[in-house]
Amino acid sequence: MHTKTIAELAAGLKAGEFTSEELTKAFLERIKAHDGRLNSYITVTGELALAQARAADARIAAGTAGPLTGVPIAHKDIFCTDGVRTSCASRMLDPFIAPYDATVVRRFKEAGVVMLGKTNMDEFAMGSSNETSFYGPVKNPWDLKAVPGGSSGGSAAAVAARLAPGATGTDTGGSIRQPAALCGITGLKPTYGRVSRYGMIAFASSLDQAGPMARTAEDCALLLGVMAGFDERDSTSVERDVPDYSAGLNNDLKGLKIGLPKEYFGEGLEAAVASTIEAAIEEYKKLGAEVVAISLPNTHLAVPTYYVVAPAECSSNLSRMDGVRFGHRCENPKDLEDLYKRSRGEGFGAEVKRRIMVGTYALSSGYYDAYYLKAQQLRQLISNDFKKAFEQVDVIMGPTTPTPAFNLGEKADDPVAMYLADIYTIAVNLAGLPGMSVPAGLVNGRPVGLQIIGNYFDEARLLNVAHKYQQATDWHSRDPEGFN
Amino acid sequence: MALDKSDVESIAHLARLAIGEADVPAYAENLSNILTLVEQMSSVDTRGVAPMAHPFEMVQRLREDVVSEENQREHLQQHAPAVQDGLFLVPKVIE
Amino acid sequence: MEWEVVIGCEIHTQLATKSKIFSGAATAYGAAPNTQACAVDLGLPGVLPVLNKEAVRMAVKFGLAVDAEIGKRSVFARKNYFYPDLPKGYQISQFELPIVGQGKLAIELEEGSSKTIGITRAHLEEDAGKSLHEDFHGMTGIDLNRAGTPLLEIVSDPDMRSGAEASAYMRKIHSIVTYLGICDGNLQEGSFRCDVNISMRPKGQEEFGTRAEIKNLNSFRFVERAVEYEMERQIAILESGGKVVQETRLYDPDRDETRSMRSKEEANDYRYFPDPDLLPVVVTDEFIEAVRATLPELPDAKRQRYIGELALSEKDAAGLTAANATADYFEALLAASGCEAKLCANWVMGELSAALNRDGLAIEASPVSAAQLGGLLQRIADNTLSGKLAKEVFEAMWQGEGSADAIIEQKGLKQITDSGAIEAIIDEVIAGNAAQVAGYRAAEPEKRGKMIGFFVGQVMKASQGKANPGQVNQLLKSRLDALL
Repeated sequence: MHTKTIAELAAGLKAGEFTSEELTKAFLERIKAHDGRLNSYITVTGELALAQARAADARIAAGTAGPLTGVPIAHKDIFCTDGVRTSCASRMLDPFIAPYDATVVRRFKEAGVVMLGKTNMDEFAMGSSNETSFYGPVKNPWDLKAVPGGSSGGSAAAVAARLAPGATGTDTGGSIRQPAALCGITGLKPTYGRVSRYGMIAFASSLDQAGPMARTAEDCALLLGVMAGFDERDSTSVERDVPDYSAGLNNDLKGLKIGLPKEYFGEGLEAAVASTIEAAIEEYKKLGAEVVAISLPNTHLAVPTYYVVAPAECSSNLSRMDGVRFGHRCENPKDLEDLYKRSRGEGFGAEVKRRIMVGTYALSSGYYDAYYLKAQQLRQLISNDFKKAFEQVDVIMGPTTPTPAFNLGEKADDPVAMYLADIYTIAVNLAGLPGMSVPAGLVNGRPVGLQIIGNYFDEARLLNVAHKYQQATDWHSRDPEGFN
Repeated sequence: MALDKSDVESIAHLARLAIGEADVPAYAENLSNILTLVEQMSSVDTRGVAPMAHPFEMVQRLREDVVSEENQREHLQQHAPAVQDGLFLVPKVIE
Repeated sequence: MEWEVVIGCEIHTQLATKSKIFSGAATAYGAAPNTQACAVDLGLPGVLPVLNKEAVRMAVKFGLAVDAEIGKRSVFARKNYFYPDLPKGYQISQFELPIVGQGKLAIELEEGSSKTIGITRAHLEEDAGKSLHEDFHGMTGIDLNRAGTPLLEIVSDPDMRSGAEASAYMRKIHSIVTYLGICDGNLQEGSFRCDVNISMRPKGQEEFGTRAEIKNLNSFRFVERAVEYEMERQIAILESGGKVVQETRLYDPDRDETRSMRSKEEANDYRYFPDPDLLPVVVTDEFIEAVRATLPELPDAKRQRYIGELALSEKDAAGLTAANATADYFEALLAASGCEAKLCANWVMGELSAALNRDGLAIEASPVSAAQLGGLLQRIADNTLSGKLAKEVFEAMWQGEGSADAIIEQKGLKQITDSGAIEAIIDEVIAGNAAQVAGYRAAEPEKRGKMIGFFVGQVMKASQGKANPGQVNQLLKSRLDALL
């Protein structure tokens, strides 16, 4: 059962081939058997999952089931889950039992989707390697010496190792696409505002976006269909109809215009990754697509811009973590300042503290114009690059990352080197565009992802473009050794 | 931009973060490197460019003035670090 | 040296919405601690703000009432600082683009002159919670019921030049916001709080001196007294060659002095930046016009109308229009009684005000309604009651003994206006006071006028005060003169 896609599992449930309880048990057993090697889950909610599975079976029997009722998935531990620890992989929130459900979680619950547990991640989603988690790093199932990527590394590893058929992730600077690429799965970051951020613990509010992670584009379409939609609790969520993302998956790609930005194929891109991506482009040509050379001239500014906008917003967003109303509080604070400083000093890891300090500095008096305001202006320029490109092309393609997964510890002491590895994913967040990563090959046994960037609200086309490729190739269905 | 020890200490104070004395030099170095990265921004002339706060030209939606939340104090305070008589407790605030 | 004081005010008015500015929790005063603080007000991880339309409407209403530019596009910003009554570690406020821009209003001064005071701006923001310092074994208790209550912060130009002007300005703003129905104006409950900036400069100098800010004044009288104390303090410093320190001070009404307050955030580096969880607030011309259509008659216009149409004195008109509730009562009384405006004004400003003051009641809580008082005034107008009896009836009404007519009936307080009945009493008095009658007859004619008072007193006494005094006077005179 565990090797099936979500689409296949949904069909099997509907056909009565197996029950949700059986299916859920099977995944819980796999987690028990294999997650010791990966550390992809922070919390496994076995009993709750089985109760939800039995309720789903009842709905299926009663004929009131929705398309995904009874399918189990995992949630990144950044989403608030009522009555379940929601840690954001931080010591700060280790004691935090969320008293409410995030909108994304609620939507899945209402759809009858079963929650297997909460997946590991970089602390407060700040990281690209999953090494900043309070609960320890996640390993890449393709190579246990390698990082799974981050910040949604637990979700990516769990899906790659088939410890969940699908999972939720969040993407602020590549946190869905990069771990999806590094773990050889399919991940989609939707247009900013497409999925509600309510109950998703904020990192950088103007960049954060939740999205699906699964084995196939077809599965991502199914999951996105549940997640997407307007939410009156999120002022930045967009009031716009949600299309049927599955409907156009098989649309012909003849005449599709693919833009290849020269900046995504330049210095820093590992040769083997470049040839993997080129092979994927060749595949698209065979499917009838046309390739257009384009330029996104401000690409080199994306990382610097991001490392002002994201830390500035996070420095403010994380101020509520003060040890007063929830979360970690230091022992015996001698006064208020001591309470704040030690609770936060102990509660946050080094990378989170670094980013809070960068953001605090960037917003502080006298520096606002040079940093935050400047970054917002550059955001406009970066965004304009894409606008211009989409006047010429339907989608933009390139590598998701410049290299396959690096080794654990390799970049842990050099934040800037880590940041620069997100060069191809970050601009998409700054512009608010949708982007995907699709498995496109292996380099030295480690997966490589093809990034597909779409115009605003063009998720259906992205999924169509990814699905057609997956019909023609089998990279997405390969399993890492030891986890099949 | 190079930050020194006292810069790190004053930023940490503003952000209410306790930083171990021994860790300050490493923070100073890392933060300086990050700021050097960030300063590439200054190579671009952005005069006349409108700052972009959000991807879309959307405007704030307004909520009707309706009381929609009930008292959930017990539920919301269940895991609070220190509570008495429904109040969150903190070390004495001196005004 | 002759000194001039320069005063500017920041007034925080709690807007009278039912729910909070960014959440659906109730704003009612006096609830048990934290029972009106929902997840959003507590700043739990993951929550997001959504703006209350009524708060926007009320702010625009104020802007229109003070002839201000309305910010067609206003932006919410975060003001970052740590304090336990500030749950998110930042206050959502407006910084660069407030909803209300430059406006003005006129204040009336003691000597009958008026002066225009500029309004710099007014912006929307959220109130903080409350810290309770008693009874927690050296700890402070935090109640967040007030957190998220909408505030309109009204900032004046530094246009005031005396404590009396500052107090008149505060009264005027109070009168306007209560007229508009956007604030309950309750000073004791903190619905209306004033911060005053005070500086001194040598008369004739253009440049401002260093100012001190006196925080949280919640009485008109305190504003005046705090300014006077502060003027003396600053002049003493300046004249002894010292420098005024820019700082925040508190006014202690018991000692009638201001004292330095330990600052909340010594550096005051608030790191303002646009709140990424909220979008720009756009008010359309239609919205503004719809609000304009709901503007009530404002105090200045009402005062002019009372003087012009109702022929009331400047003093009566000013008194009646100072508070909307008083004007409403007066107009209801006018309608209910059908009596002359002057009579109604006398009773509202006289007997009613005195009784309200005595019992510490607001006019809205008056035990005698306008309709009831109208019933009493009718009995004065038709001569049923003398002024003295009317006061007795009013007191009985105040004690809840029923309508004027019922009390008159029950106590037999009806004025005696029947000439025959009065003459009968006069006859008795003349018969019983032969010596005084003889004295009257013997007296010089010019002294008789005074002597008649004795007889009037006797007649009133014999009638238990019910005889119409005018008639008594007139009838007595003709009877006595007939004896000459």
